[in-house]
Amino acid sequence: MNQHASDVHGLAAPYALDALDPAERAQYAAHLAACEACRQDVADFRATAARLAASVAQAAPELMKERTLAAVDHVRQLPPRVHAAAPVPLRGVLRRKALPMALAASLAAAASFAGLAAWQHQEKQQLEQRARQSEQRLDAVSGVLAAPDARTVHGRAGNGALTSVVASDLRNRAVFTATGLPAPPAGRTYQLWLDHDGTMRPAGFIRQDGTVLLDGDAAGAAAVGLTLEPAGGSPQPTTAPLLLMALPA
Amino acid sequence: MDTPPPGGRPRPPLHPAAAAGARPVNQPHPMNQPHPTGSSGHTRPADLAALMQQVERGDKQAFSALYDALAPMVFGIVVKVVRDRAQSEEVAQEVMIDLWRQAARYRPEAGSVTTWASTIAHRRAVDRVRSAQAAADREQAQAAREHHTAFDEVSEEVETRLASEQVRRCLRGLTELQRQAVTLAYYGGLTYREVAQTLRTPLPTIKTRMRDGLIRLRDCMGVTT
Repeated sequence: MNQHASDVHGLAAPYALDALDPAERAQYAAHLAACEACRQDVADFRATAARLAASVAQAAPELMKERTLAAVDHVRQLPPRVHAAAPVPLRGVLRRKALPMALAASLAAAASFAGLAAWQHQEKQQLEQRARQSEQRLDAVSGVLAAPDARTVHGRAGNGALTSVVASDLRNRAVFTATGLPAPPAGRTYQLWLDHDGTMRPAGFIRQDGTVLLDGDAAGAAAVGLTLEPAGGSPQPTTAPLLLMALPA
Repeated sequence: MDTPPPGGRPRPPLHPAAAAGARPVNQPHPMNQPHPTGSSGHTRPADLAALMQQVERGDKQAFSALYDALAPMVFGIVVKVVRDRAQSEEVAQEVMIDLWRQAARYRPEAGSVTTWASTIAHRRAVDRVRSAQAAADREQAQAAREHHTAFDEVSEEVETRLASEQVRRCLRGLTELQRQAVTLAYYGGLTYREVAQTLRTPLPTIKTRMRDGLIRLRDCMGVTT
């Protein structure tokens, strides 16, 4: 456990130097969202690396400027990121507590993934598509959080994970977030469910701590459930739910 | 072995609690100049931040000024990592276009414009060499031997061609292993696992040296964020 934690902490330097493998990089980016000290380390190290970059500056090829300026005429600028922490009119629990920390952290992680994907060069189109999906997903999540009728429930799963659901009938979507979710046993996966009149309908998967937008209609759902299913998921729950959170009407 | 760098300040802990506000602001930010280009080639951080706000709104004249301020650094670091000039130009141009595209995503609280641009540039450069390397690896299993040539060249060039006297001096203040760990990763575009392999040094040692090396460089160069 401690070994693992210190392992992760020790990655600020290689992260800032782009010296991590893609999987480690993604893992560390997720870790960053929840580690203020690590973010400061990364900011320091990146600023230091920027000096290394500046020290090898050299005149760029002459025609490059002309080409760049011509090219940007045809490049749409991305809109500013909508900040999750911005004051949004939420009702109920959220009004007093602002956004639940875990939710805000996973949003930050998702946002950094979107930016990350946008920077990749290889498999450009695929990555750009992924970035777009990431952004759309973020927009959808933000939409639920900012919905005037957003309501939040908190719960604790049978395996100890802390969970929250934010649902909006107006948006017909619900967002599920978990922290402290243990890795599923080999060959198993966490599957989410929406309870409609006693029928559990598949609502997607969650692989690790984080935030997911549930599939399916959230409006009118009575509860959100979480089960362990064989990898690939099931059409209906095959195990006792680890969690069943009733959504207030 | 871990003597402080010559002329370096004593090494403070990594998170100086109140030091963040101590950034020197000796020149006021020129609010009424729409495009502070700084024809000398040295654009101050505050000017770059102001330019970014204009670029974010689609101001091409401001982007042209931003280009002048950042292109040499962007091209420089891309060439350093990618080596091939034709490819480097391609990558650097993509980076500059990306700065335009992502202007609204720049967050001043996460670092300076220069840091933001160098982060994007380095990332792209590294992506280019790694994808090229992956392709090469598929074709021939000799990649490892080629790596060695590349590493040697990198180190040599780092020694001889670093433009900035300060950076050179600060790099000299590192232990050999710290310096290698930082430069092979940053200028050589290697992952820290590859660095460990190249230097035949255990992974945890490389991680520590990389971190210590960066902390020492940061302090030696007086980097504040």
